[in-house]
Amino acid sequence: MPNAIARTEDIELRLLLEAIFLKYHYDFRNYALASIKRRLTQARDQFGCRSFSQLQDMVLNESGMMDELLGYLTVQVSELFRDPAYFRAIREKVVPHLKTYPSLKVWIAGCSSGEELYSFAILFREEGLEERTMFYATDINADALRKAEMGVYALERMKLFTENHRLSGGKSSLSDYYTAGYGAATFDKSLRKRTVFSDHSLVTDAVFAETQFVSCRNVLIYFTRDLQGRAIGLFKDSLTRNGFLGLGAKETLRFSPHADEFTEFSRDERLYQKRGGI
Amino acid sequence: MPESAHKPYRAVVIGASAGGLKALSAILPHLPADYPLPIMVVIHVPPHRRSLIAPLFEEKSQVRVVEAEDKTPIEGGCVFFAPPDYHLLVERSFELSLSSEAPVLFSRPSIDVLFETAADAYGDGLIGVILTGANNDGAAGLKAVMAYGGKGLIQTPATAFSRAMPEAAIEACPSALILDLDDILLELKNAA
Repeated sequence: MPNAIARTEDIELRLLLEAIFLKYHYDFRNYALASIKRRLTQARDQFGCRSFSQLQDMVLNESGMMDELLGYLTVQVSELFRDPAYFRAIREKVVPHLKTYPSLKVWIAGCSSGEELYSFAILFREEGLEERTMFYATDINADALRKAEMGVYALERMKLFTENHRLSGGKSSLSDYYTAGYGAATFDKSLRKRTVFSDHSLVTDAVFAETQFVSCRNVLIYFTRDLQGRAIGLFKDSLTRNGFLGLGAKETLRFSPHADEFTEFSRDERLYQKRGGI
Repeated sequence: MPESAHKPYRAVVIGASAGGLKALSAILPHLPADYPLPIMVVIHVPPHRRSLIAPLFEEKSQVRVVEAEDKTPIEGGCVFFAPPDYHLLVERSFELSLSSEAPVLFSRPSIDVLFETAADAYGDGLIGVILTGANNDGAAGLKAVMAYGGKGLIQTPATAFSRAMPEAAIEACPSALILDLDDILLELKNAA
C-alpha cells in the first residue's frame, strides 16, 4: 500500500489540479495520474516548492505562472513524419480513398508545435490532395500553437526529419519545403495557408467540424480510459461515414467503449475507419 | 515457514540494459505457466525499431509475454515489456500507461520511471530487480521501491555482462540483496 507521505501528496495533487481547473479552466483532473504526477513533481522541484500545496499557491497568485506550468502539464515531443510507416500507410492505403472526395477536412488533434501538421501538409501536397483540403490544427497550449504557426525548428533536427520523410515514401526532398539559416529551418508558409490553428480541448470542448481524417497520436496516452472514451467519441462524431482515425503506434481502440464503431483499417499502423451507417 | 504463511508481493519490475537479453533468458523462460505475479520489464533498446523482444520471449516462456500497449490492464502471470521509444508507467488503477516524455538519463524507456510509478502503485507489495547494464538508470528507481517497503534484488556485478548498472544500484540501495541470476529466479519463484 502507498505510504502516508504518498497519500498526503495525492491529496495535494488533486487539490492543485482542481485549483487549476477552477481558476484557468484547464481540466487535467482526468489525466492519467502516474505521468502527470511525475511532471508536476519536476515542476515543483524546478520552482523551488516544498509541496504541491505551495505550487498551488504560486499558480493561483502569481501572474504568468500558469503559462509556465502548462509547459510541464503538456508533453511536447514530436518529429516530422514520426513513425514513417504510419505515413507510408496513409500514402498507400488511405490516399486512394481520400482522392474520391471533392473536398477534405483533416483534423490534427493535439498538434503541439506543429510537426504532425507539416508532415500532413507535405504529404497531401505530394499526393495532389492539398488544394481540396482544409486542415484544423488544435491544441490547448497557446505557446505550442504559436510555434506550430511559425513552423520553425532547430536545424539539427532536419537530419532525422529528412530520413523519416524518405522512409514515409516522400516523393521530393524535404529541403524543398524549408529554408535554412541561423541554425533554424523555417517551413514554407504556403504549407499552412489552408490551415486553421485553434485552441481546442479534447476534455472540455465539443466537435466543431465534419472531417474525413482525424490524426491524434501520442495524445490519448496521457488520458485515463474514461477521458480517452470522451475524446474518441468526439472523433467519431466529427468523422464522416468511412472517415479515418489515426492513433499513436502503441495506442489502441481495443479498450474503448467506441471500439465497435470503428474497423481496423491498417492494424500495425493504428489506422481505423469509422463504420458506415452510424 | 513464515515466508510461505503470507505472500505479500503483488508485482515485479525488472530493469536491464547492455547484456540484458541474456540475463533475462536466465529468468523469464524458467517461470512456471501458473506464475501469479505480473512482471513489468524495461530493457534499453534503440528507438525506431519494431521490437522483437516480446515475441522472442513469448516463444520460449511458459508465462505470457507481450509488449505493453497504452492502458493495458495488468494481469498476473504476464510479462509486459516497455515498447521502444516510450516510457512505461504503472497507474494506481493497475493499468499500464505509456508516455513520450523526454528521455530520463538518456533513456526512453527509463527504468527509473517504471520503478518509481510502480512503487507508487504497489507500495510494499513490489519487488524491483536490477540486472546488467552500462549506465546508472534504475538506481533511483530501486531506491524508491525500497523506500516504499518493497524488496530490492540486484545482479552480482561480477557475473553481469556490464557491471555499471548493478554497481550504481548497490550504491543507492545498500540493503538490497545482491544475487546471481539463479538466486534471483529462486527469489521470484518464492515470492509468489
